[in-house]
Amino acid sequence: MANQDISFAQINDDVVRSLVVTGRKYYITLAISILVTFTCFVGPWFYQLRYGIGAAGMNHPTVWGTYLASFIFWIGLSHSGTLLSAVLHLTNSEWRKAMYRSAEAMTLFSVMVAAMMVMVHVGRPWFVHWAVPYPNQMEMWPNFRSPLMFDVMAITTYMTGSIIFIYMGTIPDFAAVRDRTTGWRHHMYVLLSLGWRGTDTEWNRLHWAYTFLAVLIVPLAVSVHSIVSWDFALSVVPALHQTIFAPYFVVGAIYSGTAGIVTVMFVLRKYMKFEHLITKLHFDNLGKLLLVMSLLWTYINMVELFTGWYSESSEEYEALNFRLFGFYGPLYWEMILFCALAPLLLISKRFRTSFVPMLILSIVINIGMYTERFLIVATSLPRQYLPDAWGMYVPSLVEIAIMVGSFGMFTTLFLVFVKIFPSISLYEVKETLPEPQPKPQADSGAP
Amino acid sequence: MSFIDTLRSRWQEYRRPGYYENFDYAWTMTIDLDSCTGCGACVTACQAENNIPLVGEEELARGREMHWIRIERYWEGEFPNAKLNFIPMLCQHCDAAPCETVCPVSATYHNQDGLNAQVYNRCVGTRSCAVYCPYEVRYFNYYNHEWPSPLDQQLNPDVTVREKGVMEKCTFCIQRIRQAKDAAKDDGRRRVLDGEVQPACVQTCASQAMVFGNRNDSQSEVFKSMNDPRAYHVLEEVNTAPSVVYLKKVEVNG
Repeated sequence: MANQDISFAQINDDVVRSLVVTGRKYYITLAISILVTFTCFVGPWFYQLRYGIGAAGMNHPTVWGTYLASFIFWIGLSHSGTLLSAVLHLTNSEWRKAMYRSAEAMTLFSVMVAAMMVMVHVGRPWFVHWAVPYPNQMEMWPNFRSPLMFDVMAITTYMTGSIIFIYMGTIPDFAAVRDRTTGWRHHMYVLLSLGWRGTDTEWNRLHWAYTFLAVLIVPLAVSVHSIVSWDFALSVVPALHQTIFAPYFVVGAIYSGTAGIVTVMFVLRKYMKFEHLITKLHFDNLGKLLLVMSLLWTYINMVELFTGWYSESSEEYEALNFRLFGFYGPLYWEMILFCALAPLLLISKRFRTSFVPMLILSIVINIGMYTERFLIVATSLPRQYLPDAWGMYVPSLVEIAIMVGSFGMFTTLFLVFVKIFPSISLYEVKETLPEPQPKPQADSGAP
Repeated sequence: MSFIDTLRSRWQEYRRPGYYENFDYAWTMTIDLDSCTGCGACVTACQAENNIPLVGEEELARGREMHWIRIERYWEGEFPNAKLNFIPMLCQHCDAAPCETVCPVSATYHNQDGLNAQVYNRCVGTRSCAVYCPYEVRYFNYYNHEWPSPLDQQLNPDVTVREKGVMEKCTFCIQRIRQAKDAAKDDGRRRVLDGEVQPACVQTCASQAMVFGNRNDSQSEVFKSMNDPRAYHVLEEVNTAPSVVYLKKVEVNG
């Protein structure tokens, strides 16, 4: 819910301003993020394509590395947006309405970045389409037993669903913006709004379809991350083949995704000047959600350790020992500090409603969650069954650069998004406000 | 028996590891650890036969060695009473192979001879098979490897040279098996005779610790060898049904 004393007209003014008026800061940020994308992502990736995966630090026992960790991280970040938006829509949560558009955009772009990480990860990305079932002259199908193949299907479905969901919810807003802009923007919004006129039939159909999609998206989102976890859990690698992995990944995904939403909300509020639309209430509610997720996450982590210990098999012991006290042990405890202990601050309402501490906490949580994904890969694979094949894995410069570059790519996509999509839902925010009193002179043409 | 029961029993029969008994061949290897001296001749022979690249000192230090068969060393005890054990480790050609289920493009599959085959042209390099393999015997081509002259002159023309981004592993010298089958066909025989085909490692083994053959043939050397009371599988608890059988070392006390 936005501030109650804001008028309908002002919402339109604010959002249209955010699309049309572009400050210098925006261009500088955009330039920097494009630069980072090219120098840290495109360049090193080209180098790696040219010379082979050897440019990364992976070796014989540890054939998966930070690329896969980044992939899980981005898929995880993608989780909250559409899932949260859909769940909150179905439960009629009013406070969702000011923030869901940007949350869904976050979903969309992190799924895209995650898809790019797959391309970076595989040895011959020019043949990646073989994992998709399509009729071909070779008469070859993908392997339908493979969790990686499930992954391809789940992620493409989720991405398609998310695109339709965010686009459909924006159509009335495109129409509103169409009526307020001129020049090429006007033409673009004419196309994007699909001739929306705002008749009763149209609104009725929109609401029906929107709720339908929301119902569809929720199980889809849960399935995507369960399937990502099966990439690991269906193996026989000690410390990876655990039945807890599917809920573990789903909870972790919602956790890091919610933290991501907090970060994005803060930035939008500050730099797009949406102070009266995104309020303390949103941060308070997201903070509560984060607290619940952090407790769940901590619980699942304890279960994971417990099952490893309870299995009483030497290889599980060794893998857990390596994770907790081995070379990457300090990172493990950092993860516990960042993701299990620090979020306990959220118990205090004063903390939840203060913006800068929430921003810092959300970033800290996501650093911890990246660490978690890294540790899953980098501490399980070096300690498998045969001690002779034990090894050690340290990421190379190329890997670190690509990791940084993926953040640049995400930022670039998001910056382009805020200039094309109305980043606050105009019509739904208005539903949460009291009816404006008619004044003779104030008429800004709200749809 | 009802229709459903018939269907179920047929399915179980089909899915049973070892259903390759119904085919002509089920290639199997036994390795007698009592005879193995750990000399490493099999490693070299394999390297020469299968065009396995020499990765060089730097890459070896980074843990990117390429040995389709390797000698694993395990030390027991401290210096004065130290004991060295070795075990040659190669692709176990599991009948229930974890690597085969995970490949999204079916680049690795089980052929009708019970071999775990790898199709280099189909591989996209997700490396998930190497993660799923509990024996760690799959090797990835991190680069396009080069054979400095005159080494390029001794490349085996019967074996593909793999490009970067492709997974590779022991094939039980499938090129030799194919040649033996062709020869048998030319002679008008249905099956390859026992001892007609040997992978490079078996052929080279000085102490004759390795035996290779068809376990569907109850007269074969390998069949006798694998029914030795000392026979066991490595990592039996993972339930992969391997085709490589090890014969336990006999401990002499005192």
